[in-house]
Amino acid sequence: MKRFLSDTGVLFTRLMRHIVRSPDTIITTAAMPIAIMLLFVYVFGGATNTGSVPYVTYTLPGILLITVASGIAYTAMRLFEDMSGGIFERFQTMPISRTAFMWSHVLTSIVANVVSLILVIGLALVIGFRTGASAGRWLAVIGIMLLFTLALTWVAVVAGLAAKSVDGATAFSYPLIFLPFISSAFVPTATMPGPVRWFAQYQPVTSIVNTLRNLFLGTPVSGDIWTALGWCVAILVVFAIIARLLIHRRTA
Amino acid sequence: MSSPETTPRKQAAIIATSITKSFGEHLVLRGVDLEVAPGSIHALLGANGAGKTTLIKILTTLIKPTGGSASVAGYDVAAQAQRVRESISLTGQFSAVDGILTGQENLELIARLRHLSHPQQIARDLLERFSLADAAGRRTAQYSGGMARRLDIAMSLIGNPKVVFLDEPTTGLDPSARLEVWDAVTQLRERGTTVLLTTQYLDEAEKLADRISILHEGTIQAEGTLGELEHLLPPKKVEYVEKKPTLEDIFLALTEGKKSSK
Repeated sequence: MKRFLSDTGVLFTRLMRHIVRSPDTIITTAAMPIAIMLLFVYVFGGATNTGSVPYVTYTLPGILLITVASGIAYTAMRLFEDMSGGIFERFQTMPISRTAFMWSHVLTSIVANVVSLILVIGLALVIGFRTGASAGRWLAVIGIMLLFTLALTWVAVVAGLAAKSVDGATAFSYPLIFLPFISSAFVPTATMPGPVRWFAQYQPVTSIVNTLRNLFLGTPVSGDIWTALGWCVAILVVFAIIARLLIHRRTA
Repeated sequence: MSSPETTPRKQAAIIATSITKSFGEHLVLRGVDLEVAPGSIHALLGANGAGKTTLIKILTTLIKPTGGSASVAGYDVAAQAQRVRESISLTGQFSAVDGILTGQENLELIARLRHLSHPQQIARDLLERFSLADAAGRRTAQYSGGMARRLDIAMSLIGNPKVVFLDEPTTGLDPSARLEVWDAVTQLRERGTTVLLTTQYLDEAEKLADRISILHEGTIQAEGTLGELEHLLPPKKVEYVEKKPTLEDIFLALTEGKKSSK
């Protein structure tokens, strides 16, 4: 255990150096959701009736999910680059903790995404995002975002392990970035036609967005929170198992 | 500290017995036997696709053999993998140097992962020894091929592993970088490190190795010192001389074949 912690720490420091030395990975991660947020708040938002709720407050949960979905593309890219060169093999032939390498990537992914999320929330506050959420509700928001980031990080790990090229390693994130658009993130699902509405109501993003929105607005959270947590845990478990199988196949 | 069962005699540093490996239907190794004496440089000579890298991966615990057994530094590669890893290092076919880190940081990284004290001093000493001190603070992405390969080998020496595996250490290097790597390998011999290196270049095996094994179609076709291969086994000598062009022919046929199939 001591070895696991110290090896993971050393490898995590290495990957954080990568991020600090190419800050574009964080800026790019934050830039796209910020651009989408500005577009929706100042262009499309006026046409959407969100009642007394400011549109930026209404839409921020979806923007936060898009931030993570674009951030994990770099998680997959960093992992793919280590796997395709000789770096992974060098670490595997050393007497280090067997799981330290993967956890260093997971940890780096979470830290990088949290930094991007803070940038996005900071700008949202500047352009009018307001919440009366209590400390307890903020803790719930942070918990759900961390769980969501962890779940998507394992999706990225699978992509990084299975990919044959850098493009392949990052392409999986595009549909994930797109998913919030067909959800309750930007317009109420009730305005959508039948089959689209059905998809929007039952896909994971809607339950997560509704939960975060209710937490921010101080309104009752309802059963959405359990659906949201269920989706996150299910994605996390399934992709962690697939990742394990992929690693095992490499060393068979 | 040495117990009688671990050091009964001057034990071979690497022993492979009837190693086989198949990937699905494809049989890559068909029963490889190999013995490498401690402190020697042993070359595994073979064309592309002969199974050299597969054998190295088995001996360095990266993959498991389908059949047969192997031990490195006295430990079984399957049953005592973690003990084997404490005794070895691998410089793989693909560079294991982190391009975003500096040379100094790359070496410190490995020293920290080996839980050694004074990682900075270890890094400085190795940079000096491999004539990289001037480039210590530069990101290795800016290094030349020869410099990166020397750093790669220097990283392999941290913690003084008993057995060092070099998988095609000079492939893709220009002639002067190749000589730099040869110097680095020769230094290892002076320090008593056991080296198993793979190569597809005959002159490299001739220049560096104490003993040579020729791996072809998944088995060791011949083994011995260059002198033995040339003189002590006259029938083998004929075979070896005939194999010289054969290996090159295969190598050329493979690469030419790929080009023309585009």
